[in-house]
Amino acid sequence: MNVNADLDARFRAAAVAEGLVDVRYDVVASPVGDLHVAATWRGLCRISYQEDDWEEQLARGFGARVLRSPLDDVRRELDEYFDGQRRSFDLPLDLRLGDFPAAVLRELAQVPYGQTDTYGKLAARAGKPKAARAVGTIMNRNPIPIVLPCHRIVGANGALTGYAGGLEVKRRLLELEGAVFTA
Amino acid sequence: MGTMATPQVPPFERFYLTHRDEVLGYLRRLLGARAEDAWQETFLRALRAYTRLEHGRHLRAWVFTIATNVALDELRVKQRTVPQSELEPAAELQRDAFRELEHLTGDLPPTERAAVVLRYGYDLPYAQIADALGSSEEAARAAASSGVRRLRRTHERER
Repeated sequence: MNVNADLDARFRAAAVAEGLVDVRYDVVASPVGDLHVAATWRGLCRISYQEDDWEEQLARGFGARVLRSPLDDVRRELDEYFDGQRRSFDLPLDLRLGDFPAAVLRELAQVPYGQTDTYGKLAARAGKPKAARAVGTIMNRNPIPIVLPCHRIVGANGALTGYAGGLEVKRRLLELEGAVFTA
Repeated sequence: MGTMATPQVPPFERFYLTHRDEVLGYLRRLLGARAEDAWQETFLRALRAYTRLEHGRHLRAWVFTIATNVALDELRVKQRTVPQSELEPAAELQRDAFRELEHLTGDLPPTERAAVVLRYGYDLPYAQIADALGSSEEAARAAASSGVRRLRRTHERER
């Protein structure tokens, strides 16, 4: 006896409406592949290029009541971004980080669409000019890539360095935004 | 928030995908057309209790327990439980024999119906059926046994 799509959708909607879910997630197709997106009642908390261990990671970070359920606002803003219709995001975020990573990501959020910045400058603006390497690690662990635009951070010589989604994705995002960078 | 303890239960989505179809099948056997509302209520109750689940709890038995409670609540609104009369133990059914009799379970009193379906439809051990019914293991056996006897009588009459 299989649960049909309608019954399944009604349950998921009721669970969210009753506030019984710690974290819900959705999968959004994009030009750079499927994006796994997750939100708590406070806001968007994860975007991931990987689906390995995805529900377990959410459970560890936000609680065991993990449920797939449509995240329409997130989907819409990402679609608009990939269509070139949106240059910044208006989504509330749920970031659970220490002081320095939080400061770095706040500064990161200020890097404008279509521009790049370096690890060192970002470190300086977050108050630790010598922490370029630590900033690299924070970029690598960015819980909400694309919305927090770590793809706009490049090496001191303008070269693309690492990216959680792979360098090819970083290049495509920068090209989409019309950014100038060293290939 | 910082770090949270490793969750002791699987992410709810995984639990839900594993059990949703089987639970709907069970509730259809007990409630027929009324199963869908009871099914949703079952998983909402599971979600409400999920963070308080004890580590190592047998999740399949647990969700059957919730489903049974929801179904019995529903059945008791419509139909009083018939007091269990003479409880001479009936011989265990074979699963094949159950398939032949299953269509008759709708006429059983709710507790007997749940006990018979859990035992012969889903192979739950009596200890877990007792949990589901909120009774002792003996009472669970007695309910299944009495249900089987009643099924056989109905079956005889129909032949």
